[in-house]
Amino acid sequence: MSDHDSPITQHIPRLRRYARALTGDRSAADDLVQDTLERALSRFHLWRQGSDLRAWLFTIMHNIFVNQARARARHQHETLDDPGADGLHARDPNWAELRDIDDALARLPGEQRAVLLLVGLEQFTYEEAARVLDIPLGTVMSRLSRGRERLRAMLDGNPRVATLKVVK
Amino acid sequence: MSAALVTEAELHAYVDGALPAARAAAVEGYLSGHPEDAARVSAYREQIALLHREYDAVLEDPVPARLRTLRPRRARPLLRYAAVIAWFALGLAAGWQLHGYYSDRQIESHQWARRAAIAHVVYSPEVRHPVEVGADQEAHLVRWLSKRLGTTLKVPHLGGLGYSLVGGRLLPGDRGPVAQFMYQDGKGQRLTLYVRVNPDDSRETAFRFAQERGVGVFYWLDRKLGYALSGEVEKRELLRIATGVYRQLNP
Repeated sequence: MSDHDSPITQHIPRLRRYARALTGDRSAADDLVQDTLERALSRFHLWRQGSDLRAWLFTIMHNIFVNQARARARHQHETLDDPGADGLHARDPNWAELRDIDDALARLPGEQRAVLLLVGLEQFTYEEAARVLDIPLGTVMSRLSRGRERLRAMLDGNPRVATLKVVK
Repeated sequence: MSAALVTEAELHAYVDGALPAARAAAVEGYLSGHPEDAARVSAYREQIALLHREYDAVLEDPVPARLRTLRPRRARPLLRYAAVIAWFALGLAAGWQLHGYYSDRQIESHQWARRAAIAHVVYSPEVRHPVEVGADQEAHLVRWLSKRLGTTLKVPHLGGLGYSLVGGRLLPGDRGPVAQFMYQDGKGQRLTLYVRVNPDDSRETAFRFAQERGVGVFYWLDRKLGYALSGEVEKRELLRIATGVYRQLNP
């Protein structure tokens, strides 16, 4: 793939941004983008012309991310998602040491993080996010609601993050 | 409209700018009387701003070379060539054996269907260049192929059957140029319609079917032109499409 001969190329910066926020790690993010692009190129004939290429690419990235996270979880004997949405304070007593939003995101369950980023950062509509993640619209809304509330609890309780507040 | 009826989902839609103006106004009214929810809304907006502050820089980052020079990850080209070679071998063997049983005409049409199937196997998995001229230049495609085949071609529209035109290409046939049109459904399943000029333009035949290694071909002669529709789909599905093609060409 050279720079200008694929419509996929123009989506690389946004795939990188999403991957960076999702993984919290620069090189893991680019690995994820690379896997996504390779798979997209090998399946490009499956993309329906005229449909949303960006959504298709994000769907591929999401599937790869979930599969890799599952594989990691199996190796480490850890569960991937949602260590108890309501038990944040009890389960995560160190959240007062959060350095920044990146840290806070990393402490969200992966499924809530994905929704928050697709909607808040990548500006997908709720319907598009539901298709990318292959979940019902109602699940998008509940994950968004729980994720935002959880993030708020983390950020509110942290003076260091609070100093990063954007002046409006 | 009651301000008390603002839902949790609407609060988020308000944050994300996804509410119609009337509902947005209702939410604003509600928030003015509910400071806790107003604080949530402003915290959520802040989260979005923080996300952009933290991650937007990635957009400006130069894309690393390893992401700019990718190849599709697959072993498919080899498999494809193997499939093509297998088809040719099969054709040779079949042609040899059939020779004793069938008239030259029948052998000719068998061979022709096989060529259509081979062309399908070669081009339908193509990722980057499935067609020479895309459906966005359909008028040009039809003019060009008509000119090369020396007769007026019509390209059937199969949207009603769930397949849209991808485009077409020119191929070498036994007796001259052949046209191939490619179609694709929503799942990426591809069909190809192979069109040639018949050596004997008075003939019409019924649909005939051939199948080998998962590729089915319905083929028929219709006076001046011969058609072969190939696809890796069930026979019944392929017949449904072939019938649609025939009806469009013979309204």
